[in-house]
Amino acid sequence: MGSLDTAARPTVAQGFRLQWEPAQEAHVLLYPEGMVKLNQSAAAILTRCNGRRTVADIVTDLESTYGLAGLTQDVCAFIALAVERTWLELLS
Amino acid sequence: MSDPMPTPASPRSNGSGRSGPPLWLLLELTYRCPLHCVFCYNPTDFRSVGPELETAEWLRVLEEARELGSVQLGLSGGEPLVREDLETIVAAAHRLGFYTNLITSGVGLTETRLQGLRQGGLDHIQLSFQDSTRVMNDFLSSTRTFELKSRAAALIKKHHYPMVLNVVLHRLNIDHVEEILDMAERMGADYVELANTQYYGWAWRNRDELLPTRAQLQRAEDVTARFRERVGPRMRVFFVVPDYFETRPKPCMSGLGRVFLGIAPDGIALPCQAARMLPGLAFPNVREASLGSIWYDSPAFNRYRGEDWMKEPCRSCPERSRDFGGCRCQAYLLTGDAANADPVCDLSPHHHLVTEAVDRAERRGTARASEHPLVFRDHR
Repeated sequence: MGSLDTAARPTVAQGFRLQWEPAQEAHVLLYPEGMVKLNQSAAAILTRCNGRRTVADIVTDLESTYGLAGLTQDVCAFIALAVERTWLELLS
Repeated sequence: MSDPMPTPASPRSNGSGRSGPPLWLLLELTYRCPLHCVFCYNPTDFRSVGPELETAEWLRVLEEARELGSVQLGLSGGEPLVREDLETIVAAAHRLGFYTNLITSGVGLTETRLQGLRQGGLDHIQLSFQDSTRVMNDFLSSTRTFELKSRAAALIKKHHYPMVLNVVLHRLNIDHVEEILDMAERMGADYVELANTQYYGWAWRNRDELLPTRAQLQRAEDVTARFRERVGPRMRVFFVVPDYFETRPKPCMSGLGRVFLGIAPDGIALPCQAARMLPGLAFPNVREASLGSIWYDSPAFNRYRGEDWMKEPCRSCPERSRDFGGCRCQAYLLTGDAANADPVCDLSPHHHLVTEAVDRAERRGTARASEHPLVFRDHR
């Protein structure tokens, strides 16, 4: 997990779709015949994974948006998990 | 930013107040189909069903469902490719924000049609290996049907969809699981679902011919395990055991009226594809009522929602919130009362009806009983 390259550019994997659902008041990740309802933190990270920003960019953006510091570890852990679950692909 | 773990979707229970939205919408666009499968769950009297909804009516259903919060869309049938407006329906669904899943036999899937579907935003295709027993033999001997499925599979891969193959198993083909898996591998399948027949519709009529023996089931599971070991993660294989061999029922539809809304070709709204058979329920039609009133207010959708309808042993069972008492259709077919526990459950006083059917299959072995010929789904 510590091996996640912060220069990698994560993007939502092919076959998955991320969108805001008013009826659920949440972001959801849709995939074949299934859905994951995301909490705010997960949505904040995943909505920034557009294939252009690096992991480091995403951390910086989140830290400034939420006025927090030291998010690298949490964000990397979540992105690594999302890659493992095939929700995200890493572009290099 | 602590706890960025996502929470899996859990539709709200309706014990307290209003139920959640129909997250999963299935449109059975037509009962028409070029195939004649003996295990089809479509109603056996589908020929007497009224005219199919028009394109504009399907589009209105999609709009209303999205407003209610539906996100997953299944397009099925019959064979949905029989509908010439499938591309229009897919494109509209995609624009509305649905995740669109096409469930097809591949019959009628041409390059042109797949291109149209891709352009419209189709997200996913499940190629069903739906064939009659006679044609199954063709398939296994690599004749016409195999060619057809292979062409469909190649097209699906060419258009960068994962190759998802669904194979319905029963007594007459379950001994061929090894050959089926080898062919799936040759087709380049990414996922294979080996789903044992569920006994509704035509399959219910043919149940005693289709139920495998315990030994057959065991062999098929062993073959599947060996195949998984050999092939590893590049092809994932799911094996769905027929529930007649279980001692606890499946959580059918995750509970009726909780997440699933099905619309039959003639516009009848159903809390489960098979529910049309349940007696005493006036299923509403989307031609006559809004989807919101159908989902939240109609007696047909409220009848088996929640737990108030349950009888013993479900009513006081600690597992009732996990399996919802199993399947209402199975309870009705086997016991004559849809409010009974699903007799698959060994706590049900009717469980013997299931074990007796399995025992009969056992005694009959793999020989075909000539006094009960298979009833092929027909169109006349």
